[in-house]
Amino acid sequence: MNTELSVNGHSVHTGADPSTPLIDVLRNHLDLRGTRYGCGLEQCGSCMVIIDGKADYACSREVGSVAGRSVTTIEGLAVAGKLHPLQVAFLEEQAGQCGYCLSGILMSAKALLDRNPSPSRADIVAALDGNLCRCGAHPRILRAVEKAALAIRAGALS
Amino acid sequence: MSDTLPLSIVNNRRLEKWLRFDPDRTLHLAVGKVEIGQGVLIALSQIAAEELDIDVDRVNILAGDTADAPDEGSTSSSQSIEVSGRSVRLVSAELRSRVLARLAQRLNCNPADIAIEDGAFLLENQPTGHDYWSFVSDADYAADITGSVVPKPPASYRVVGQPVPRKDLIAKVTGAAFIHDIVRPDMLHARMLRQPSRNAQLAALDKAAIRRAAKGEFRVIRLGNFVAFVGPDETVVQRAAVAALAHARWEGARELTPAHGEAAWFVDQPSDDRLIGDAPATPAGEMVSAVYSRPFVAHAAMAPSCGLAEFRDGHMEVWSHTQGVYPLRNSISEILGLPKDKVIVRHAHGAGCYGHNGADDAALDAAVIAQQIPGQCIRVQWRREEEFGFEPVSTAHRTRVAAVLDAAGRPVDWTTEVWAGSHVQRPIYGGLFLAQEALPNPPPPAKPGDPPEANGGGGTRNGTPLYDFAAKRIVHHLALSTPVRTSSLRGLGALPNVFAMECFMDELAERAGMDPVAYRLSMLSDTRARHSIENVAARCNWSDRGPVGTGKGLGLAWARYKNKAAYACVAVELEVDKEIRLNRVWACADAGLVINPDGAKNQLEGGIIHAASMTLKEQVTLDGAGITSLDWASYPIMTFSEVPEISTEIVHAPNLPTLGMGECTFGPTAAAIGNAVYHALGVRVRDMPLTRERIAEVLGRV
Repeated sequence: MNTELSVNGHSVHTGADPSTPLIDVLRNHLDLRGTRYGCGLEQCGSCMVIIDGKADYACSREVGSVAGRSVTTIEGLAVAGKLHPLQVAFLEEQAGQCGYCLSGILMSAKALLDRNPSPSRADIVAALDGNLCRCGAHPRILRAVEKAALAIRAGALS
Repeated sequence: MSDTLPLSIVNNRRLEKWLRFDPDRTLHLAVGKVEIGQGVLIALSQIAAEELDIDVDRVNILAGDTADAPDEGSTSSSQSIEVSGRSVRLVSAELRSRVLARLAQRLNCNPADIAIEDGAFLLENQPTGHDYWSFVSDADYAADITGSVVPKPPASYRVVGQPVPRKDLIAKVTGAAFIHDIVRPDMLHARMLRQPSRNAQLAALDKAAIRRAAKGEFRVIRLGNFVAFVGPDETVVQRAAVAALAHARWEGARELTPAHGEAAWFVDQPSDDRLIGDAPATPAGEMVSAVYSRPFVAHAAMAPSCGLAEFRDGHMEVWSHTQGVYPLRNSISEILGLPKDKVIVRHAHGAGCYGHNGADDAALDAAVIAQQIPGQCIRVQWRREEEFGFEPVSTAHRTRVAAVLDAAGRPVDWTTEVWAGSHVQRPIYGGLFLAQEALPNPPPPAKPGDPPEANGGGGTRNGTPLYDFAAKRIVHHLALSTPVRTSSLRGLGALPNVFAMECFMDELAERAGMDPVAYRLSMLSDTRARHSIENVAARCNWSDRGPVGTGKGLGLAWARYKNKAAYACVAVELEVDKEIRLNRVWACADAGLVINPDGAKNQLEGGIIHAASMTLKEQVTLDGAGITSLDWASYPIMTFSEVPEISTEIVHAPNLPTLGMGECTFGPTAAAIGNAVYHALGVRVRDMPLTRERIAEVLGRV
């Protein structure tokens, strides 16, 4: 049975069983390996993707449940080879240590900035509180999201 | 000179082991220390670029590869810059010197007359037509490193000391970047059914039920009590492994109780007892003591462990996020009965690694399966519950500090007494892999050891205070067995020991009627330590610290990691309502020459948050056959909403040798929190984690 969905703006048909976890379809069927397995329990946020504009876990959600919907992964952040302002800011702030949590954090942050281009520090903290980081890169990550928000607002004004 | 050479060079004498100028005008730098989240690769690249005078962007680094990179043991104990960095500096300086000497002969000039600009050689500011890529010869590469060339003076550094961004982060913010993302031809996915404990026997396995649940094709590999589900579809083998938990019957698993999970359990255990330092004495004066503890804690890496292995034509090739490719290669060779030269281990990046976690076990799992299924790549991915349940954990650790005080309330005799299990059971210290115990004919149980004092010790780490006390000693009770497998985790015994010792210093200061900072400085002649303490005390407005018991607390502590690596002082401002809430943290570190100050600050910040998480929240719980804290709900760590504002400063000391700093804030942070909680509440909480329940319990006792 085929499932049709949009991934990073492209229409995709997958023959995977509809009960297959979305993360397995992304990683193994579509070769989008930036969505990371952390717990499979919706507790750590490593697998966060954006589904119809909202940050959501890919680890335990069945692919059948996103039929007809739009999924954005870390590979969909850069457009035509140009890094997203969030990615630029994370690199400028060196906001990571091991980096394993970063793709999930970037997706949570993108969903936030898409709906709220001028978030307060508290808004950012709330948006990222479902994402764990074990290395302790939190202060840099928060700074990077603030910096990206500024850059996006400046870009929108120019 | 050779007796003063770093071990890394002694074990890898030829230049070609380290450096090669490739035709695309890049430098191939090969090292044995690996990236484990600490950002070491850029720092090592900077050192090579500096000594050779090439642009740092030209450096391609290969780290951790038994086929193509030098053997530098394990990436641990904050040694990467101290040891590998020093080696890369000496090797690079030597190659530069060799090449310039030959070129000077050719040009009939003095080597010192030749300048190097991004790898091109200039004489009197004119191009010579020569550069490293055209001029370095096979004889240069084949030469043995003498270590006799003096590297550049730090005053001339242009790349070292700069905050050069890491190259590896780009992949990590854009897509595939980790061992988990490697795809090989003919790759099969594998999941393990873990033996609950040593000696547990698999009495029954309902394969039919597992097949019904898995809904797809897979093989069961069973060798004694080693069981793996292997197939082309990851989803299927994952389902099989989850279903197997309910369809496997084990007999003879160990039986634990929650009491096994407390540090106090170690007090009654048979132990190997040692005295380090001054002989026991009974000087005149009042004797005071207190007991502190930390429970078992987990590495709790963001990614469950992963390993890949291919066995083709008698050759085993393994990919691992191990800390040591050579030690792992040696273990795999021995366990699988393959000659060392038929086993290659290559490092691939994993999630942040803070010590001996599940990486090596997952690699051996993959290699065992690969030997059974030659010709295909086996990718073993551990499940989250497996990671929490089976990675080696850091031992629970109980520290009793006792001091004999003079009339002014200052210690004249100090004893740090430690009860703990082994802090390092890497295979090179005699520890065992999980698979070894599950395969037929398991080796006898390991006899737990600890690193020698020359390497900083394990349970004894930082146990000798650096204050000017007349007599100091450590009494170490190393338990002969542990309820679950224990091994190294960031700082080993440093965190629990510094927590105990620096909290006790605050207790003694209060007893002496002195301010805790003034009390410390009155017994501390090490000027670098004093400087870090004074720096932090000034920045946190220590002199305006309010009275005890207002609900708001400011605490401070310091240590020199391993008593020989970087110095760090940390102050913590917090408030206690129902929970402890950290507001601000100030830190100052002195690590001598710092290669990449931004990377170093990242390490300081990370160490503070990691230690705060451990101090406030973390405890591995034990019951039944083993560990019961198997997910992030039962093993919570610090979240974004709990992280304080952090301000770090690094002492500028480029002319002093680099001191490892990845672990230096760890112990001081724990103790500063303990001291700040006392300042806030007026009660001393001596057992970690400092949870709401623990604080309520202590408040209830007073």
